[in-house]
Amino acid sequence: MNSNAASSSTANPDAAGSPDPPAPRRSSKRPKYSKFTQQELPACKPILTPKWVILTFLVVGIAFVPIGITSLLASRDVVEIVDRYETDCIPVANRTDKVAFIQSNASKTCTRQITVTKHMKRPVYVYYQLDNFYQNHRRYVKSRNDEQLKKRSKTSETSQCEPEDTTPDGKPIVPCGLIAWSLFNDTYTFSRNKRQLTVNKNGIAWKSDRDHKFGKEVFPSNFQNGTLIGGAHLDESIPLSKQEDLIVWMRTAALPTFRKLYGKIEVDLEENDIIDVILENNYNTYSFSGKKKLVLSTTSWLGGKNDFLGIAYLTVGGLCFFLALSFTIVYLVKPR
Amino acid sequence: MKRYIYINDDETSQDLYCANRLSNRKYTLMNFLPKNLWEQFSRFMNQYFLLIACLQLWSLITPVNPASTWGPLIFIFAVSATKEAWDDYNRYLSDKKANEKEVWVVKQGIKKLIQSQDIRVGNIVWLRENDEVPCDLVLIGTSDPQGVCYVETAALDGETDLKTRLIPAACMGMDFELLHKIKGVIECPGPDKDIRRFDGNLRLLPPFIDNDVCPLTIKNTILQSCYLRNTEWACGVAVYTGNETKLGMTRGIPEPKLTAVDAMIDKLTGAIFVFQIVVVIVLGTAGNVWKDTEARKQWYVLYPQEFPWYELLVIPLRFELLCSIMIPISIKVSLDLVKSLYAKFIDWDYEMIDPETDTPSHATNTAISEDLAQVEYILTDKTGTLTENRMIFRRCCIGGIFYGNETGDALKDVGLLNAITSGSPDVIRFLTVMAVCNTVIPAKSKAGAILYKAQSQDEEALVHAAAQLHMVLVNKNASILEIKFNGSVLQYEILETLEFTSDRKRMSVVVKDCHSGNISLLSKGADEAILPYAHAGQQTRTFVEAVEQYSQLGLRTLCLAWREVEEDEYQEWSLMFKEASSTLIDREWRIAEVCQRLEHDLKVLGVTAIEDRLQDGVPETIETLRKAGINFWMLTGDKQNTAIQIALSCNFISPEPKGQLLSIDGKTEDEVCRSLERVLLTMRITTSEPKDVAFVVDGWALEIALKHYRKAFTELAILSRTAICCRVTPSQKAQLVELLKSCDYRTLAIGDGGNDVRMIQKADIGVGISGREGLQAARAADYSIGKFRFLKRLILVHGRYSYNRTAFLSQYSFYKSLLICFIQIFFSFISGLSGTSLFNSVSLMAYNVFYTSIPVLVSTIDKDLSEGTVMQHPQILFYCQAGRLLNPSTFAGWFGRSLFHAIVAFVISIHVYAYEKSEMEEVSMVALSGCIWLQAFVVALETK
Repeated sequence: MNSNAASSSTANPDAAGSPDPPAPRRSSKRPKYSKFTQQELPACKPILTPKWVILTFLVVGIAFVPIGITSLLASRDVVEIVDRYETDCIPVANRTDKVAFIQSNASKTCTRQITVTKHMKRPVYVYYQLDNFYQNHRRYVKSRNDEQLKKRSKTSETSQCEPEDTTPDGKPIVPCGLIAWSLFNDTYTFSRNKRQLTVNKNGIAWKSDRDHKFGKEVFPSNFQNGTLIGGAHLDESIPLSKQEDLIVWMRTAALPTFRKLYGKIEVDLEENDIIDVILENNYNTYSFSGKKKLVLSTTSWLGGKNDFLGIAYLTVGGLCFFLALSFTIVYLVKPR
Repeated sequence: MKRYIYINDDETSQDLYCANRLSNRKYTLMNFLPKNLWEQFSRFMNQYFLLIACLQLWSLITPVNPASTWGPLIFIFAVSATKEAWDDYNRYLSDKKANEKEVWVVKQGIKKLIQSQDIRVGNIVWLRENDEVPCDLVLIGTSDPQGVCYVETAALDGETDLKTRLIPAACMGMDFELLHKIKGVIECPGPDKDIRRFDGNLRLLPPFIDNDVCPLTIKNTILQSCYLRNTEWACGVAVYTGNETKLGMTRGIPEPKLTAVDAMIDKLTGAIFVFQIVVVIVLGTAGNVWKDTEARKQWYVLYPQEFPWYELLVIPLRFELLCSIMIPISIKVSLDLVKSLYAKFIDWDYEMIDPETDTPSHATNTAISEDLAQVEYILTDKTGTLTENRMIFRRCCIGGIFYGNETGDALKDVGLLNAITSGSPDVIRFLTVMAVCNTVIPAKSKAGAILYKAQSQDEEALVHAAAQLHMVLVNKNASILEIKFNGSVLQYEILETLEFTSDRKRMSVVVKDCHSGNISLLSKGADEAILPYAHAGQQTRTFVEAVEQYSQLGLRTLCLAWREVEEDEYQEWSLMFKEASSTLIDREWRIAEVCQRLEHDLKVLGVTAIEDRLQDGVPETIETLRKAGINFWMLTGDKQNTAIQIALSCNFISPEPKGQLLSIDGKTEDEVCRSLERVLLTMRITTSEPKDVAFVVDGWALEIALKHYRKAFTELAILSRTAICCRVTPSQKAQLVELLKSCDYRTLAIGDGGNDVRMIQKADIGVGISGREGLQAARAADYSIGKFRFLKRLILVHGRYSYNRTAFLSQYSFYKSLLICFIQIFFSFISGLSGTSLFNSVSLMAYNVFYTSIPVLVSTIDKDLSEGTVMQHPQILFYCQAGRLLNPSTFAGWFGRSLFHAIVAFVISIHVYAYEKSEMEEVSMVALSGCIWLQAFVVALETK
C-alpha cells in the first residue's frame, strides 16, 4: 500500500510497460540454498524386482535354517527332570481338605524319589515351579518399597506396601509389602545313595540385585510378626543383600506359571541315579489349587530347555525358502 | 441507537464514545492464562488428556508415574500458549504502531499533532496527501475549491481506483480559518459494518448561519484505512473511532481452517476412543468378575473383605488409563511441527521464486498444506491472476491503415512515427482522443515525472501510449486539461463527461479547444457501441475487420471516434443533460438516453488493440492441473467477451468443435430460469460425451440464479467442470465458493486483488498472487505466490508430499501407540485382569519420545516419487484427492498391522525368553525392544 502501488506508474517513456528492475534490496528475501531446503537430499530407493525378492528370501532362508537347527539341538541337550509334588506330599487322609492341613501345625515333611534319566553335567540347577500364582497381579506387584530395601535410613518408608506396611502397633515392617510377606517357604534336601548332596544357595540371585537393590545394612525387622503369617520367616541377623531366596522371590515373574531358582548342585548326576528328596511342604498353594513342582535342570550355551526359538527360526527360514521357491516358479512360468 | 456528535466540542463527547484506540488483541496480560486455557480446553482432545492426567493422580489406579502424562500435556499446552501469545504480541505491536501514529487534530481551536489513539469522536482531523485515514470521518473541508477529494479505498473494499468524496453542502466554500472553529451537530446511526451506507445529517450551530439540516451520505465520508490522494489536504470530523469504525466492525480474526486430513484424523480418533471405551468396559467387567471369583482365593493378594463404594470402578479405570495411550498425545504436536516444516519448504523453494521481483512464495497458514493435494475446484480470478494485469498498447488501425502488425508493437512502427511527424490529421486526432477521452488523473511525482492514476488499466495504457507517441497528458486542473504535443501546449476545456456504464459500453467527453473555441465530442468504446453510430457516409468495414483480427489475437479492442459539435447544439443538449443528471427516478437510464442524442454521426478514427498478456505458463498449468482432476472456474469482474477470449487463449475452454460454451443470461427471473433449465439439460446430455462443456454466466443472472434457483444451479455446478462467471462482485465470488463448499468439494481460490479477498478467505485454501493490484490478497491468503504457474508446483509437489507425509505420520502415530497398547492388553490377560502395566513409566516415555517420535520425522523429507514424475503424470494426484492414503480402510489396515505386530512381539517375547523363567522386567524390556524394532522396520518400509 505504498503511494504508487496499484494503478499508477511513471509516464517516462522508457519505463512504461517494462517490468520494474528488481531492486537489490529484495534479493535478501531469497532464502539460503541448501539441499535440505530444496528437498533435494539424496535418497536410495530399492526397486523390488522379482530377482531381488527371490534372492532376499533365499538369503534369509539360508541364514535362518542353520540357526534354528543349532538352537534346537542345544535345547535338546538340556536334561530336565520335573517332579510334581503338591498332592503327593499330603497324607492321603488329609486330601479332602488340603487347605486345612497346610494351615495346621502337623509335620509336613515329605520324601520323594527322583530318577535321573540321563547324565547331568554340573551345575545342576534346582528350581521350584509354581502354577496359577499371579505374581504379576497389580495389587501384588506394586506392593514393595525399593527405597526401604536399599537403604537403612529409609526403614520407615513403607508407602505402597499396604496392607503389609506396619505391625498393628505402627512399627515398620522390613521388608514390607505383599511380595516379601508371601515368600516361598518349601525347603528341599537332596541325597544320593544316603550321601547328602549339598545345594549351593550362593549366587542364585542377580549380582546387580545383591549389590545395588538390596542393602548390606538393611536387616529384617518385625517381619512375619503379624496375625497373618504369609510365607517364610527371615533371619534377622542376616542383611537383605545376603537373603538370596528373598531376592530371587522379589523379582516378580511375568507369567502366572513361573520357575524360581532354589540352588545349584555342584556335582554331576549319573544316569539312573536315584535322588532322595526330603522336602518341607509348607507353602499354601492349595487355596487357589496351584501346582508345585521341583525341577532339576542342566543348561546349554543357549540357557535352559526351550524349543521355541529353534522352531521359530526353522519356521521362518522354511517359509522363506518356500516363498523363494514359489516366486521362482511363478517367475519362470510367467515372467513379466 | 443514534449518535449525536458535537463537532469540536471537547467537553461533551469526551467520554461518551471510545477513543480511537485500535485493539485487535485477543488477550490482555491479565486474562491471557485463564482465557487461553479455557480455549484450549474447549477442544475435545485436550479435555480427554486432562481427564487422563487427573485420573493418574490417583495412585490406586495409575499404572505409571503421573509425570509421564503431565509432562507432555504441560509441554503441549505451553507450546500452543506460547504460539498464541506470540501472535497476540505481534498484533499488539501493529496496533501500537497504528495507535501511536501522529495526526493533526484541532484541540481547543488550535491544530495540534497528537497520537492517533487520542482522537475522540467530534474532533476535527486534518489529513495531508497520501495520509492514511485514522478513523471514520465526515468530510468538512478540502483543498479543492469544489470541495472534492480523492481517496483510495483499496484496503477497505479492494477497489483500486480512486474515488471522489464531496464535502457536504453546508460546509461548501467555508474559509480555511473558519474550519478550526466550526461548531455543529452530526446525527448518525450507531456503528455498523456497512461500508456502502452512511445516513446522517449535519446541522451547523451559530455563528454559522446555515441553519438547515444537511443530509450526509457515504459520499461525504472518508473511512478508516483509506488513503487521501491527489488532494493537498482534507479535514473531517471523527464520527466512529477505534474498534467502532466501519473497518473495525468488519474486522475479525478469521476462524482457523480445518483440513480434510484433520477432520479425518479427528474422526479416526473418535473411533479409537469408542474402541477404547469398549475395551475398557469388557476388560473392566471381566477383571471385576475375575477378582470376585479367583483373586479371593489368591491369599497372597490379601484382598480386604470390605471395600469402599468405588471399588467396582477401580479396575475399569485402571484399564482406561492403560488404554489411554491408544490416542497418542504427541500426534497434535508432531503434526503441527511437520506442518510448519512443510510450510518452510514452500517458503524455501527456489523454483517458486518470482524471477521478476525475486519474491519467494510464502505460506502464511502453516496448517493446511496437505489440503492442497485434495483440491477439487480451483476458482480463479482473471485479471492479474491469469493475466499479468499489465495493459500494453500493441496495435492500432487508423483510418484503415494497420500499424504494428509487422513488429507487434505499434509504438515502434515506423509508419506511425512518420505519420506523426508529418502531422497527418487523422493520426493526430486519434492521439488526441487517446489522451483526452478518459478519466485519468495525471500527478507530478517529486522527481518531476508524471504519474497517471486511472480507474481502468485500459485507459492508463492508452494515455501511456499517447505519451510515448509525443502526445503527453500533462495536467488536469478542474476542467482544464493540458496536453503537450511536440513541444507545444494544447489546452482543452472539458465541458461534460459522458461516463462509462456497462450498458452503454462507451464513454465520451465534450471538450472545447481553448485555442480555437471549437467544441467537439470525443468517444471511445466497444466496437458494437461505436461502429453502428458512425455517420452515414463512412465505411466501417475495415474497422470491423480490424476488430475481428485483433480479437483473434486475444487483444482488447476499443474504437475511437469523434465529431464536431456546434455551439447551439451543445447548449441545447447541455440543458437536457443537466436536467437528466438531476432527475431522481431512473437517472441512469435518462442520462444514457440523453447521451445517445449527442453520440451519433460519429467519425470513426480507428481501433486500438491493447494486450493484457497471459502470464507465462498459464495454459500449461491449467492443462496439467486439469489432468490431475481439478476443475476450474473463472470468476471475474470483467466483461463476458474478454473473459471468454482469455479463457480460450489459456486452455480454459476449448474452441467450438471440441468444446461447447453454454450461456446463462437473462434479466428477469423467468428468462434466467429458462436459460438455466436449458443449460442444465444440455449438460446432462453431454456428460457422457467426451466434450468440454462449460457454461458462462454473468453477475446479474448469477444473482437471480443463486437467489431463486439455487438447487438447479447447484446441480449445474456439480455437473460442470468448467465455468466462467463474469461481472461478479466480490461477495458473489464468496457465495460461489460457499456453494461449492456446500457440495462437499475442496475449493482453492486464487486471486490477486482486494476484490478477491473475501473469496480467498472463504475458500478452503486461499492463494494470493503478490501482483500489481497491491498485496491485500496476498496478505489475506493462506499462500502467496508470485505467479500463477507456481500453483502447479504448489499443488502437485508440495501439496502431494504433504498429504502423503501427513497421512503416513498420523496413522503411524496411532499404529505405534496401539502396538504398545495391545501388548499391555495381552499382558493383562496373564496378569489376572488386574490392570498391571507391563512397561514402566520410563520406558513408555522413552518409547513415545525417543524411539518413535524422533526417527519418524525422517518421513517428513520422504518422497515417494520424484518431483519430475509427479509433474509429468499429474493423474497421480487422484489418489490424494480421493483420500486414498488416509481413510477408515487404510486406518483399519494400520490397526490390523499393529494388532498383528503386537501378537508377534508378545508371543515371541514371552516364549523366547524361557517361558516359565521370564521375569516381568525382562519381558517388558524384550517386548519394548521388539516394538521398537518393529516400528523402525515399519518406518523404513513405508518411507522410500
